[in-house]
Amino acid sequence: MNKYPAWLNILVLAIMLAGCLLALPNIYGSVPAIQIADNNGVAYDEARLQEYVGVAESVGMSPEAAYLKDGRVVLRFEKDAELTAVNDALKKRYSREASVAQTLAPRSPKWVRDLGLNPMSLGLDLRGGVYVLLEVDMDTAIDTRMTLYQQGIDDNLLDARIRHLVELEDRIVNVRLTSPEDRDAARLIIERSDADLLVSDGGDGKSLLVRMSEAQIKARQDFAIDQNITTLRNRVNQLGVAEPIVQRQGVDRIVVQLPGVQDPNEINKILTATATLEFRLVDQSGTEPGSRRYQGRPGVGDAVLKRKVIVSGDQIIDASAGFDQGQPIVSITLDSSGGESMLKTTIEHVGKPMSAVFIETRRETVQRGAEREYRTIKSEEIINTATIQGIFKNKFQISGLNPGEAHDLALLLRAGALAAPVFKIDERTIGPTLGKDNIERGYKAIQIGFFAVILFMIVYYKAFGLIANVALFTNLIFIAAMLSLLQASLTLPGIAGIVLTVGMAVDANVLIFERIREELSAGAAPQAAINSGYEKALSSIADANITTLIAAIVLFGLGTGPIKGFAITLMLGIITSMFTAIIGTRAIVNLIFGGRKLTSLPV
Amino acid sequence: MRLIKEKTSINFLGATRRKVALVISVLFVVASLASLATRGLELGIDFTGGILLEVGYPQAADLEAIRTSMVDAGYNNAQVQLFGEDEVVLVRLPPMDGNIETIRTQLQQILQAGDPNTSLRRVEFVSPQVGSELAEQGALAMIFALMMIFLYVMFRFQWKFSAGAVAALTHDAIVTVGFFSIFGLPFDLTVVAAVLAVIGYSLNDTVVAFDRIRENFFALRGKSAEESMNISINEMLARTLITGITTLLVLVALLVLGGESIAPFSIALIVGIVVGTYSSIYTASATALALDVNAQDLIEPIKDTSLIDDLP
Repeated sequence: MNKYPAWLNILVLAIMLAGCLLALPNIYGSVPAIQIADNNGVAYDEARLQEYVGVAESVGMSPEAAYLKDGRVVLRFEKDAELTAVNDALKKRYSREASVAQTLAPRSPKWVRDLGLNPMSLGLDLRGGVYVLLEVDMDTAIDTRMTLYQQGIDDNLLDARIRHLVELEDRIVNVRLTSPEDRDAARLIIERSDADLLVSDGGDGKSLLVRMSEAQIKARQDFAIDQNITTLRNRVNQLGVAEPIVQRQGVDRIVVQLPGVQDPNEINKILTATATLEFRLVDQSGTEPGSRRYQGRPGVGDAVLKRKVIVSGDQIIDASAGFDQGQPIVSITLDSSGGESMLKTTIEHVGKPMSAVFIETRRETVQRGAEREYRTIKSEEIINTATIQGIFKNKFQISGLNPGEAHDLALLLRAGALAAPVFKIDERTIGPTLGKDNIERGYKAIQIGFFAVILFMIVYYKAFGLIANVALFTNLIFIAAMLSLLQASLTLPGIAGIVLTVGMAVDANVLIFERIREELSAGAAPQAAINSGYEKALSSIADANITTLIAAIVLFGLGTGPIKGFAITLMLGIITSMFTAIIGTRAIVNLIFGGRKLTSLPV
Repeated sequence: MRLIKEKTSINFLGATRRKVALVISVLFVVASLASLATRGLELGIDFTGGILLEVGYPQAADLEAIRTSMVDAGYNNAQVQLFGEDEVVLVRLPPMDGNIETIRTQLQQILQAGDPNTSLRRVEFVSPQVGSELAEQGALAMIFALMMIFLYVMFRFQWKFSAGAVAALTHDAIVTVGFFSIFGLPFDLTVVAAVLAVIGYSLNDTVVAFDRIRENFFALRGKSAEESMNISINEMLARTLITGITTLLVLVALLVLGGESIAPFSIALIVGIVVGTYSSIYTASATALALDVNAQDLIEPIKDTSLIDDLP
């Protein structure tokens, strides 16, 4: 009686070994390292690895370990000082094509890395860093789109020589025409340009109302979010932050987590910046339809610019800041459509002036009685007006900015523009000292709590208590293993969840052991008591764990931030403890007591 | 070793005791609700929005000097207090307009004035909008959890047990939150998580007791529901106490060693587990009894299959 079949013993052993293996990377700790990633996401190969190692050696610092991980190069160093020197050298040389970032890398040996095993990833509250929650201004995304539709309709009707007037109000383009015939013709043209647009009669027989359909609005919003996430990711990479997280949250929010970053000011400026450029021809007559007066920067004159944009920021594929004759400049490379447009314009307008307009969006709070409202303000300034001296295509440079602005603008143009402005609504910075304190305190609490419980269990249940303790320790290993496998971030509330699990996980064993005691005192033989103790306690254990699991799942599903971190470890702890406390302890109990003649049990 | 006698026969559910317990529970709940209504909660920045800075000084911090310099700089409504240690100061400001970058830089300068060894341990800016959303989410999570639990217990046992369990859990949640209101302890997101964990724990206790009650309803035929339940609770008493003790052991470790920021979480769980242990004995079973629960309730009704047979 009370013997597990051999296969079950082997299975239990195999699961335990797998758990130990998965948890193994955590015991090596981390060391400072440099991580290099290609800006275009191209995976590096062995040759590039050697090239970077060469750069490190050329400044006299050979890395302690150098390897490829997920297509990125990781260089590990013994000392921080070495790291900084190599970091600077690499940044100087590769800043255009690669993101060079300082990070922490696990000190695990090669064979562990080769197995693809990683240690748990630590949350910001345990390693320090910046957390930013951004809100995407969806209204502006839609308004911008409507303005483009308005311009498109205007252009198309002009081309078709239909007399018209277009106005945009409340996201409805009102197209006024001179006759019902023109109206029908205009309707055809508009519907042909975009079949998804909703076109309706204005009521007076001579006008049309054009608006976006619900599906178009939804698609536009999704596009804005996706595009923004891509852009934010590029910007973060440009800044050289290792292991950044950029994720959508809910309908219109984006979470950005930047481990290791200490000064949020620099990051913020870049994250939320909307700065972009537009190039327009100066309307020298000042009377062309659609022309508008733009303000110039101090020292740059105002000018009336034509409505048509020659090149806009999203057609710029590369930009870099530099100096020309002591003046800060931004060198710009256009994509093919931008290049074509610039070529055509410069051919047609040699000797005429063209302006570079610097556009920024910011949000202002307006107090309206007790209500607080946000207003989006778009500022457009001419930074430079120059005469077109010759024909050029996709490469040119502009001046008129200060060095800081030139640097930031170049970075922003490289990373791509935001499809809609974003605004920061939540920002948390955790210093490295606090992170270290949190980790130390958390681990200490786990240790002491764990020892208190195992001491209690040994005193109370003797040999069976010892077996429960083995299960409890295995459970801790399993939690670490699962966290490492899932790469879910461990946070301070997560540690609290582990601590709570340590206290609660013995419950299953308490239920079993109390039941065994009951059976013994009711006169059952030791072997029978073990068997019925385990069997009869099972339904209680299952019910108790499932109900707690329900609470944990609700926490995970509805919670954010700290609540989620707690819920993850609580869920994992409940699941792993069911295995260790029921099957794990039974395997040990069976090995020790199974099949023997017993007169009493040490419980 | 045993904590209590091998066989106890404490009359937990006797008519008078039940009345006393009812009075105590009602008193606790009413006191909690009254305090919540009048004093409210010491809501953390997670819920109110605002600015929070944790600053570490090389020596014991001079709170008065920090307050004065904050007021001098125009931050009249700054709350300045020690955070766990003499060297760590927590500064809290209500939400304000203006550029975050400028405010941060200014606060940094004020707090680090004259001493380069101070460290900015943590800075949080939360907009009031996010705060109210988080509060809403927390409340929603709690209601949703209770509903799911009601359904699960109904599925596994019967609705009278569900009612008992949910009564006990609601009682625990209200008293735990009430404790934070009465003693003016800081209430943040981690406390919401703790209260939900308390719900999970207390339910654990309750369900284990119910499980034994169900077993005994069948094993001890002829005894009244009250007697069966009493015997069950006595049989589970050792287990209830031991699990409570081991859990409290780790939580005390967490409270003492885990640092100031996790302390409210630990306190909520400690209070909740004490209350939850009490409630799973009294509130849950007493409610089920008040609803006249009996062995009949747990017998599966025989399914009438004749209707299905008649179908073509």
